[in-house]
Amino acid sequence: MKHLLSINDLSKAEAISILDTAQELARASDGPMKKLPTLRGRTIVNLFAEDSTRTRISFEAAAKRLSADVINFSSKGSSISKGESLKDTAQTLQAMGADAVIIRHSASGAAQRLADSKWMSGSVINAGDGTHEHPSQALLDAFTIRKHLSKGANDLTGLRVAIVGDVLHSRVARSNVLLLSNLGAQVVLVAPPTLLPVGVQSWPCQISYDLDEVIASVDAIMMLRIQLERMSEMYFPNAREYSRYFGLNSDRIRAMKAEAIVMHPGPMNRGLEITADAADGARSVIVEQVANGVSIRMAILYLLLAGNQEIAENGVSS
Amino acid sequence: MSLALPAPDIARALIRISHEILERNSGSAKITLLGIPTRGAHLAKRIASEIEKIEGTSVQMGTLDITLHRDDLRMRAPRALMPTVIPSLGVEGRDVVLVDDVLFSGRTIRAALDALGEIGRPKSVQLAVLVDRGHRQLPIRADFVGKNLPTSIEQSIVVHLTELDGADEVLIEGPLP
Repeated sequence: MKHLLSINDLSKAEAISILDTAQELARASDGPMKKLPTLRGRTIVNLFAEDSTRTRISFEAAAKRLSADVINFSSKGSSISKGESLKDTAQTLQAMGADAVIIRHSASGAAQRLADSKWMSGSVINAGDGTHEHPSQALLDAFTIRKHLSKGANDLTGLRVAIVGDVLHSRVARSNVLLLSNLGAQVVLVAPPTLLPVGVQSWPCQISYDLDEVIASVDAIMMLRIQLERMSEMYFPNAREYSRYFGLNSDRIRAMKAEAIVMHPGPMNRGLEITADAADGARSVIVEQVANGVSIRMAILYLLLAGNQEIAENGVSS
Repeated sequence: MSLALPAPDIARALIRISHEILERNSGSAKITLLGIPTRGAHLAKRIASEIEKIEGTSVQMGTLDITLHRDDLRMRAPRALMPTVIPSLGVEGRDVVLVDDVLFSGRTIRAALDALGEIGRPKSVQLAVLVDRGHRQLPIRADFVGKNLPTSIEQSIVVHLTELDGADEVLIEGPLP
């Protein structure tokens, strides 16, 4: 594994090995010394051409806990805002000796383009590309679900997970459907028909238009953010109607299974897709998702950067 | 391939090491055994149960994964991490006995000392190994040795344990010195 571009590139065994590695790294960085020497001398670039709080800081924290050097690079305040192309940016990073580039971009496929090009030789990690994929978020969600609900199993067999809301614009939903179903969970998408993408019938999941019909049967519910910045077209009549039909509130929380957990990838629109008491309630693991994100990203960086990829691919050992 | 240490010899060596550890530390109260995965962890478990038989009380025992502290990470394919389990009393102020199967270059033990330093500050650190094959690259020696096996650098030592491989044996592979 040289790059992490899409959940589709991961076999079930590889996905589980990332989760297992994250579990050990969480334990290792739990002690009095949080810093591990593993990636000392490696340079990791955070190339964020789209806004982000959690993902960028989480990757930065993960890289720093493994002693890598981190260069942060966002479109605002850099030459990207002057119109520099992805190619020129990549070649600049290559010249500075970046071992890995973590890229967030508004264009779907930007990470793939960077990885397939010969512009730079390092690893490419997709931190969200347009409405395509967000693999590290799906991995941290799977990690969180496994930790709470798998009862010691290493996959998610037998669990039912609802993903609710704006699936159309959500790279988190796409990556999660692929990963969770690959790990054995049954995924059900719940959304108004206008917020489901064309071709969703071919995804490995069920589809429902009625949250109340689904809510009592799920082990985990993942609320998606209504992406107000992408809501220029009218996907639903108004915000109040959306909350009434698809929002998570305390009545719906009470209808859930006793052990069920509430997730949200953040940032939340409190009062729209989730009420404050649902977001802060006892079932909510939303803050824990952020902590797990650091462990997952440490695991990704460790598996991509710590070893020798040439030996890994050619099967030669020293 | 030749058999260097058959099962009964391994059993006797572990019993002797257990007695030596108790003698050196005047009992088991202050001892924490930490096995280095994977085979060291199983050996630590066996030494712990031997010590329990001798002393009649339980002994602190865990595992210490050293992968994150290795200095040869970049020379090999990515390695899976193994569990680190620190027993209830921690390592602070304890007499820690590291347990591994083969002592060779000493680099694993250097990494283990670094990994241990992240967890706490033991009163002392000792080293028990089943086989010492020589060829040290660092100033490290074992306190308790099952058997010294002089080898040539071209040879390799293979340790099989019942828990993982179905039988207890230590084999030498490769040309004779």
